[in-house]
Amino acid sequence: MKKTEIRFTGFGGQGIIRCALITGKALALFDNKHATMNQAIGPEARGSACASQLIVSDERVLYPYITSPDILVSMSQEAYDKYEPELGNKGILIIDTDLVKPKSVRGKVNMYSIPSTRFAEELGNRVFANLVMLGFFTAVTNTVSTEAMKKALPGLVPDRFLDRNIEAFDKGYKHGQKALLKTKKAAAKKPAAPKAKQKLKK
Amino acid sequence: MKKVKADPKGVLTGAHYLDGDYAIAEGGLAAGCRFFGGYPITPSTETAEHFAGRIPKVGGIFIQMEDELASMASLIGAVWGGQKAMTVTSGPGFSLMMENIGLACMMEIPLVIANVQRGGPSTGLPTLTGQQDMMQAKWGSHGDYEIIALCPDSPQECFDLTIDAFNLSETYRVPVFVMTDECVGHMHEKVIIPPAEEIDVVERKWYTGPVGEYLPYKNDKDGIPFLARVGEGHRFHTTGLTHDERGYPVINAECQKVNVTHIIEKIRGNADKIIRIEENDTEGAEIVVISYGITSRVAVRAVQQAKKAGIKIGTLRLITAWPFPEKRIKQLAKKVKAFVFPEINYGQMVREVERASGNSCKVVSVPHCGGWVHDPQDILDAIKEAVK
Repeated sequence: MKKTEIRFTGFGGQGIIRCALITGKALALFDNKHATMNQAIGPEARGSACASQLIVSDERVLYPYITSPDILVSMSQEAYDKYEPELGNKGILIIDTDLVKPKSVRGKVNMYSIPSTRFAEELGNRVFANLVMLGFFTAVTNTVSTEAMKKALPGLVPDRFLDRNIEAFDKGYKHGQKALLKTKKAAAKKPAAPKAKQKLKK
Repeated sequence: MKKVKADPKGVLTGAHYLDGDYAIAEGGLAAGCRFFGGYPITPSTETAEHFAGRIPKVGGIFIQMEDELASMASLIGAVWGGQKAMTVTSGPGFSLMMENIGLACMMEIPLVIANVQRGGPSTGLPTLTGQQDMMQAKWGSHGDYEIIALCPDSPQECFDLTIDAFNLSETYRVPVFVMTDECVGHMHEKVIIPPAEEIDVVERKWYTGPVGEYLPYKNDKDGIPFLARVGEGHRFHTTGLTHDERGYPVINAECQKVNVTHIIEKIRGNADKIIRIEENDTEGAEIVVISYGITSRVAVRAVQQAKKAGIKIGTLRLITAWPFPEKRIKQLAKKVKAFVFPEINYGQMVREVERASGNSCKVVSVPHCGGWVHDPQDILDAIKEAVK
């Protein structure tokens, strides 16, 4: 059984919960996966470090919460500081370059970065930053299909801004493809790193 | 009991990505609920919010009442007015509803109450999970009565069991509880809503006899009295006091015996038809893990690990917590070494297992005070201890 644990983090108001909702809907309804989504609903969802979590599996998800994320998306420094330590040693870390200053990358963590907020501002409004991030996430993680993500958008973004959201997604996606290519090239040059111990999961 | 197909107006057919709270609202609408009276409380507010948006579009009414006491009163009024009605709440609101829940039991009002449980007592943990109102659901109002309580373990079951709750409430003229919790209530998963023609809905048991002869508490052959439609000219009296077939107060021990026996036996006498459990690998098992709601999913994790360790283990999931499946527990108690019962409270439903199993086997409680689900390791440790 393949299981992937994903955590989206940032400030309340950035669309962090919407990120997990869109991705979860895409996986559950259009990519034929089991996808269980949980969100922070306390005061943290309204301004401070906010997180949403998504567990994706080929089989029914039993334990509903993340134990050690395989993928961590961070769109604020506070959220990065809070959640980075729990990322698995072979995990994927995705950050907004302008908002997160990362520590040195540990273990076999793959880090990808994108100025998602700046890109969204270039598109006219920073509210699209989460969609830029989702496009980027889709390209670099290979957990969800582009088609499914786009199909999931109606109903989860305002109808009149659907096109703008797709535009933002595409911008992030393209940047992700480039980033992926760069990483592959760099990996081809570098000799293989020693095997890191994988943390046991609940 | 007359079954009809669901009114397509209320059925949002298709595949959706919903949380348990929204799924409860959709289940209610699909079952024909056209009145919602409630007072918002975390973590159940999303159900009320969703109802407020959806119910006017299907010709129903949403009222935000001044509190939970009034919410329950509004439901009772709505049912006498001819509607199917429901509300949703959590711990503190559930406590406030208790008096009028008793009234609904005494008046034999079919209605549905969803309790998205959070950690208690008192205001406790508003945003975090618990399963601590299970005994309150059964015993919370004063006097002797019976209710039905269902425990969904997923958003899909929140939808399915809310429909079942309405059907059971109409069949037995009794309040039915959907006892979910914050974790399931706020968890998003795929929810399939079938076409209206695939959803069976129990129609209210309407009185069709002559005007002037309606007796609100005269039992039909199946033991359940009829309800009269408003506007057809039937005059009747109803009360929370002990009453006769006419619904008139009769304050003596003889009538009390008839009245109380009736509201209890209509459920106990039909328990075999009402009770639903899900068993896996209980045949030949040494240990059976009993659980309900979200804990049943977490428990499976532990059970899988126990199997790997060579323990003969099965699971029994309570879909109906009330009435409690004591017959089946009694049978299993004679065959197993121990029952292990994790629940997100200090040990509530486990007492029913102890009572039903007598001294036939060990009963191991795995309590959790609330705020989170069990660590599967804690359940596994209890299993290993129990098998010794």
